[in-house]
Amino acid sequence: MEEQKVTTQEWKFTAKDIALKPEGFLPGHRACAGCGPANVLRMVMKATRGPTIVTEATGCMEVVSSIYPYTSWSYPWLHTAFETAAANASGIEAALKVLTKKGKVKQEHIDIIAFAGDGGTYDIGLQALSGAVERGHDFLFILYDNEGYMNTGIQRSGGTPLGAATTTTPAGSVMPGKMQNKKPITDIMVAHDLEYVATATPYYWKDMLQKVRKGLEVEGPAFLHIFAPCPRGWRSEPAKTMEYTKLAVESCVFPVYEVVKGKYELSTPSKLIQLAPQKKIPITEYLKGQGRYRHLFTPQHQHVVDTLQRLTDERWAKLQKKVEQTA
Amino acid sequence: MKKNNLNQETTQELMALNGDEAIAYAVKQCDVDVVAAYPITPQTIIVEKYSEYVANGEVQTEYVCTESEHSAMAACIASSATGARTFTASASAGLALMHEMLFVASGCRTPIVMAVANRALSAPLNINGDQSDSMAQRDAGWIHLYVENAQEAYDTIMQAFRIAEHLDVQLPVIVGLDGFIVSHTLENVDVLSDESVKNFVGERVLPNVLTHEGKTVPFKLDPDNPMTMGPVAMPNYYFEFKRQQEEAMKNALTVIQQVHDEYAKLSGRSYGNALIEEYKLDDAEVATICVGSAAGTVKDVIDELRAEGVKAGLLRLRTFRPFPAQEVQKALENVKAVAVMDKSMSFGGNGGAVFHEVRHAMYDSKSHPFVVDYIYGLGGRDTSPKDFKKVYSDLHLIAHNKRMDKLVNYVGLRE
Repeated sequence: MEEQKVTTQEWKFTAKDIALKPEGFLPGHRACAGCGPANVLRMVMKATRGPTIVTEATGCMEVVSSIYPYTSWSYPWLHTAFETAAANASGIEAALKVLTKKGKVKQEHIDIIAFAGDGGTYDIGLQALSGAVERGHDFLFILYDNEGYMNTGIQRSGGTPLGAATTTTPAGSVMPGKMQNKKPITDIMVAHDLEYVATATPYYWKDMLQKVRKGLEVEGPAFLHIFAPCPRGWRSEPAKTMEYTKLAVESCVFPVYEVVKGKYELSTPSKLIQLAPQKKIPITEYLKGQGRYRHLFTPQHQHVVDTLQRLTDERWAKLQKKVEQTA
Repeated sequence: MKKNNLNQETTQELMALNGDEAIAYAVKQCDVDVVAAYPITPQTIIVEKYSEYVANGEVQTEYVCTESEHSAMAACIASSATGARTFTASASAGLALMHEMLFVASGCRTPIVMAVANRALSAPLNINGDQSDSMAQRDAGWIHLYVENAQEAYDTIMQAFRIAEHLDVQLPVIVGLDGFIVSHTLENVDVLSDESVKNFVGERVLPNVLTHEGKTVPFKLDPDNPMTMGPVAMPNYYFEFKRQQEEAMKNALTVIQQVHDEYAKLSGRSYGNALIEEYKLDDAEVATICVGSAAGTVKDVIDELRAEGVKAGLLRLRTFRPFPAQEVQKALENVKAVAVMDKSMSFGGNGGAVFHEVRHAMYDSKSHPFVVDYIYGLGGRDTSPKDFKKVYSDLHLIAHNKRMDKLVNYVGLRE
């Protein structure tokens, strides 16, 4: 790789720009057909602005991309354990800081990206993430959220939504899948007073790439929550992965927004729904076709769909209120 | 001014330091780039003292106050992988929490140095000294060096960086010091000048490795020379990684001695052959094996016993991993009965960790001395000279009767 420098030039993220930029996440990895996270990673790496070190939690994306002696990473990359993506970033940042002072780092600046799935973020990695952002290390944490422990065979996580069937919350005769709602991880990160927190989905790729760039440009920790369907875990058609990342936004299951220095702002796709509420689709439009929700479409479990609709509406209303309050 | 073994004048200053402070002072002199740590008794003085150095601008170190030991070790691995000389300290529950990451550190070949102020493990909760914590980590792929006092703690830290970063080794090192007995006891410590330590330790040199781009470059995370660190290895490669770690351990046996000898020339202080230290063992008929501070007490006991005509000796195990089996075997060749003093337990294992190693090493000895285990000092239980005298008198009986009744014994315990 050629010696890299931080780009100061504003990037437009046009399709041409993206096509011309060398891949950071190379083909040949072993992700499944229709994998949401693999698409996310490939695109995210197109938004880097110069020398970058990547660290990753144990999970699907780590496993599919680093099987020795092969690698999908054309950037320097470190994996240590499941719960350590943010702690790794702390160590890399601390080392770069002091080695730069001592004249042992050539590059003027090196960005750090930490990737983790929902398990490595909502659950086992939450403490390390909270600690690292509290300490103020300069890194971008990217959560690729496929709403379950897919790598180990589709178990529930703190990011799995209510009613979803997983192998540890199967839909049985008594229990309709997961009994608890998804943890509001973005709110938790906002509560850490970060300068930049955002949500994105790969369907709105330009929006997502701009958010990656913004997160990198922040001096200090930034958090980006990216919605990334898993066809295997969701029992959905691989060809429909991108469609679900659109439906999730249109149903307000996963609104896209930014929180810049505590100020909430809806991103265009969600903003349009706010301006024209009739465009908000019922949650069933998003749920149907996903095998993990199949059991909900029975009279016995209709109430779960109703609850999910109510919870989604409540969270959407709450979000709009925050936008209003922080305007 | 003092004279070292080469009869060169070396400037050494006498300081009053406890074991923890001696370690913090040594780390300060080693030009460490990153310290990532979490406080835990009886290690806290190390990180507190070091924080003062940082706060007063006496060191060029990034100090990362992590939110747990687990994250501390992860940050250390990442920092070391970025090319930084990295130090941490822990004990007891903190070390246990690091367990997962200790294997990652050795597997990633990150030459981190960690001081462990040895302390008991819960439950019941106990903050006092024993060696259960680091002995429980004996298979994590770290080099283990155990010190007897604050002076040795100081001397061993700088050797530890040299050993860890040696190109034939590239393994992390634990320097164990007995909680409170060494960590908190004020002693006279001779310290070298900053300059001589700097010359001795030198800058961290990175090994060159072949990257996936086909280039041979220094082993670190570097955007100009990207490499994938901490990958997945399937059954077709994993085994070779592990075998290489074992090879590095084997190399460490030589490197530990070389570094120690070089340091001895510089400082005038040596500790046996770096692997083991013998005390009046040449003609000993009965001997104990100790790890850590108990050796100090035993040396006094031996002097008393020798005055009474008992041929008593001591083997202090300074290096526990890699285990110096040949040296131990050779040193005990002419002894009739040996008591291994274990400051930790291996429940259901017929004796403690050190006992297993020593008895294993003696299996191939020609003389086949009796090797008996004594568990002592758990949870900080005091072990007095009287207790050690009793051990020697037991050994005398064993040697005389050519019979040992109990394989595992407990010192100073209500039963």
